[in-house]
This record gives sequence, structure tokens and C-alpha cells, in this order.
Amino acid sequence: MLSQILFYFFAGVAIVSALMTVTRRNPVASALWLVGTFFALAAIYTLLGAFFIGIIQILVYAGAIMVLFLFVIMLLNLGNDFEPDFRGTVWKVMAAGSALVLLALLVRVVGGTESLLVATGGVDLVAAQVAEYGVVGAIGVPMFLDYVVPLQVTGLLLLVAVVGAVVLAKRDV
Amino acid sequence: MELEPVYQVGQLSTTGFLIASVIKVLIVFLVVLVTVAMLTLLERKISAWMQDRLGPNRVGPGGLAQPVADGLKNILKEESNPGQAHRVFFVLAPMLAITPAMVTFAVIPLASPLPTPWGLVEMVIADMPIGVLFLLAFSSLGVYGIVIAGWASSNKYALLGGLRAGAQMISYEIALGMSLLSVLFLVGNVRLPEVVWGQQQLGLWFAIPLSISFLFFWVSAFAETNRLPFDLPEAESELITGYHTEYSSMKFSMFFIAEYAHVLTVSMLMATLFLGGWDIPFWSGDNMLGMADGTVVGAAPAVWKTLLTLLAFVVKTGFFIVMFMLIRWTLPRFRYDQVMDLGWKLMLPALLTVVTVTAGTILALDSAGVAYGLVYGLVLTAVNAVMLGIFLLVLDRGRVLSGGYARQEKRAHARAVARFHREEFEVGHGAPAEG
Repeated sequence: MLSQILFYFFAGVAIVSALMTVTRRNPVASALWLVGTFFALAAIYTLLGAFFIGIIQILVYAGAIMVLFLFVIMLLNLGNDFEPDFRGTVWKVMAAGSALVLLALLVRVVGGTESLLVATGGVDLVAAQVAEYGVVGAIGVPMFLDYVVPLQVTGLLLLVAVVGAVVLAKRDV
Repeated sequence: MELEPVYQVGQLSTTGFLIASVIKVLIVFLVVLVTVAMLTLLERKISAWMQDRLGPNRVGPGGLAQPVADGLKNILKEESNPGQAHRVFFVLAPMLAITPAMVTFAVIPLASPLPTPWGLVEMVIADMPIGVLFLLAFSSLGVYGIVIAGWASSNKYALLGGLRAGAQMISYEIALGMSLLSVLFLVGNVRLPEVVWGQQQLGLWFAIPLSISFLFFWVSAFAETNRLPFDLPEAESELITGYHTEYSSMKFSMFFIAEYAHVLTVSMLMATLFLGGWDIPFWSGDNMLGMADGTVVGAAPAVWKTLLTLLAFVVKTGFFIVMFMLIRWTLPRFRYDQVMDLGWKLMLPALLTVVTVTAGTILALDSAGVAYGLVYGLVLTAVNAVMLGIFLLVLDRGRVLSGGYARQEKRAHARAVARFHREEFEVGHGAPAEG
């Protein structure tokens, strides 16, 4: 009962902050509402028993990535804070198209008689993993044992991105 | 000594848990606020003592009521709201700064469990399975308050301060997390009570077997709290006072409180992670150990044990707080590029090495079947001592550790160069006329 109430509360917060994120004209306000969305999502993850995902959501997205976002916004927008971002019909059509695609994905995942997660037995699988390896191990053990190659490839991709950023920023490397 | 089952995690009834939690929250919150107020006084007293002054001594006995007077002054003073500021964000920023600083106390275990007629009460507000990560996440949120304050003030000094704070805290968060990794390797869990139990089982506080991680953690803790020698964001000689230049009265005070609350959190965290938390040294009467099924075994809890362990925890936290203050009044401020170089070019590569070597040692010890105990700890101590020695030698580059002898050679060289240049000058321009 209590967790139901909490779920609807945080879901409401998430939806409202997400709407505020896309409707604010001031980019700093948008960024802060996005942080709010992340918090609400983290709370929902925690309610589902996924403590680790919830806290990583805050640690990585709210704590690191959004700070960098804010950083960039502040440096780019000095002086003209309220410039509208969407200039023209093409952008609006593209935005609406992306939103539709996301909506279709959401309907596919959540819709129907039961969700994909339940249908594939994902809930039981997650519970078993948590019982065996603990909250952090449930993510860590599969990631570093079964999926170690994809993990390393992702790491390589990030390294390439970092090197690329350095090369772009410093033309005379 | 024999360990007996003591309690099951989450043993209290739901009502009991709620009541106990409310009481714990109220007590901890009040104690933290009063402690933070007294820390401001302690800081001024210590600085006065170090500079051979008296410090605040007019309000109350020995100046003890000075924080009350300061608080009253800050509440009663007129607030100034700069016209060019972004109003909403300007008001929001102090709140964003103070909230994370006040939340982080929830996961720190303060003492051994307290036996009550209704069951055993754990001396931590929220015993989360992700305690360490929670602390890291929420202490990293403090940067929002500072960055937003800098931007919302519409003042170039404030903006520069905010940007510096953002860059600095993000840089040192990496070092903070990496130096924490060794502790987590050793404990195998991210729950803070488990960290304390792990140190009791090892028979050594982690400051000894993980000495180099401890050093790095301490340095990055200074950077995270924006204290001297890392107080670049407020550097008053360059930026007026940085991000809170435009703030006055209680809004300024909230930034101030947030800073001291951060100092308190970080001190508590270091005491828990590296100095055994509430563990009393050389005594196994307070030892505990968590089992896989959630049962906790250990010595029988008692009220006097709770009080004694609480005292141990306060003493350890106090040690770090006093060190924070002594260092603040001893060292000058870094230059900005030095701060960034230290974080990215020195600490990050060094920590990557440390993490790899520590993980390798732990893996080797586990494979060799060494039991988790004193021998295990001593091997790690030796490995860490070697790493610490190499690191200090590299850092030193023959300046301090190698002592006066190395400096003498350098000076002789400098003298020889100077003499050579003078002679050359004299040859070119003729010797100065005598008499």
C-alpha cells in the first residue's frame, strides 16, 4: 500500500519534471528539472528493489553528467539566456517524429496483457541474482563474467571519444 | 573469542522501526546542527591559537555562545538581492547547497547496536545496502548549489567561482571514488556497517593496510569540501569570495553551514572507512560479523558498549576535524593549474596503479588461501608501504625527503652558474674600477 502511494507520487513527479524540462525556455531551468526527473526515476528504481541502479542514476546522471551539462550551458549562454532553441518547422517535425518513435517503443514494452519483463521471466531472474550475489553483485557478476567483451568494447569506445575530444580541442597535438 | 548470533537485520517490528527511525533522525539532525555551529567556533579558536591570538571570548563563558550570536546576526541582518540576479535560482542555490550536506549523515553507523526492551536498535538511521554509494552520490550533489549560485548571481567573480568549484569537484570525485575502491575490494560489500565489521575481523584499521588509498582519500576529501589548500572557488584574493560574493545574511550562512556540514560528513566517513568507525582498538568485546543469511553474530550488545563505541567514533571524527582546521591555517592556497594537474596528471594515474596492485594482491592472497585476518592485513600493509614509499620519492624529486645534502649540491651548482655569468659579464664590460 505504502509503496503504491510512493510509486504514484514519484511517477507523478517524474512526468511533471519531464514536461517542465521540455517546456522551460531557460536552459538552466530545463537542466534542473531534468535532474528532478532523474531523482524521481531513481526513487522508482529503489522502490522496485534495484538499489544499485537507483543510486547509480543519481551518482552518474545527476551527480556528474548534469553538472557538466550545466557547466556548458552556463558558458555558452552568457548574456542571452532566453534564446528559443527550435527555429523552424523542420526541427519541430523531427522532434515530434522522435517522440512518436519513443512512444511506440513504450507501448510495445508496457502494453499488451503483460509486460515484456514479466513475460520473459525477468522479474524472477533479477530476484534470484540479488539473492545470490547481493545488490551490487547482481549487476557486477554478469557484467564482468558473461558480458566482459561488450564491456571492454564499450570502454574502448569511450577511450576513442576521449581521444577524439582532445584532438578536436587541441589542433596542434 | 567465540561469536554468537546477536540479531537479524531488520529485526524490529514495523511500528518499532518507524518510531526508532523518527527518534534517531531527530537526535542526529539536532546534534549535527549544534555540532556544525560549534565547529565554526572551534575553527576560530584554533586559528587564534595558531596565530597566538585569543579568538572569540566575549559572548558567553570563553566565547562559547558566539555561534548563537552569529546566527542571530545572520537572521536579523537585511538581505540584499542584486537586481541583475536570476531571482528563483538565486534563492534556490543555498537550499541546494545545504540539503545534500544534511542528508548524508543518514547512512553512517555511529555506534554498536543499542539493546532496548523492544528489540535491538541499530545506531544508523538508514542501513542501506548501498551505503557508501549513497554517500558519494549525495555529497557530489553539493556542487549544484555552488554552480547555480555562481551563475544566478550574474557576477563575473561569482561565475568564475562556480565554474572552478564545478571543475574541481568533478575532478576530485574521481580520485575519491578510486581511493575508495581498495576499501570496497577488501570488504566485499558497500554497506557501511560491513566496512566497520570488516576492519574488526582484519584486526587492523584500513588506514594501515591501505595507507596509500587513505592518503589519496584524505587529499581528495579536502578538494571535495573546498577547504584550504583547495578553496579555489572562493579564493578571496582573486575572486572577492567567489560563488557567494552576492549573498548576504542567512543565505550566506546556509553556504557556510553547508561547508561545515561537509567537513563533518567527510570526517565521519574517513573515520568509518579508514579508522575502524565505532570500533574500539585492541578489544574484541565489540566485534561483529554479518553472515550471508542476514544474521549478525558477535559479542552481546550492551548499553555501556553502545556509549563507549559512540565515544570512540566521536574521538576519531574529532581527530579528522581538527586536522582539517590545522591544515587550513597552515598551508597556502594552490594555483588553479596546480589543482588540476594534481588531480588529473598525478592522482588519477597513481590511483589506477594503486587499485590494480591492491586488487592483484587481494586476488593473490585469496588464491593462496590466506585467511582474512592479521597475516592478510600485514601482507597488504607491506605492499602499500612500498607503493607509498615509491610515490613519496617520485613526488619529492629530491627536495624534502633526501634532505639538506641534495639541496646543498643544487645550491653549489647555482652558485657556480652565477659566478660563471658574473665573470663573463666582467670580461665583457671590464672589471669594476677599484676604490
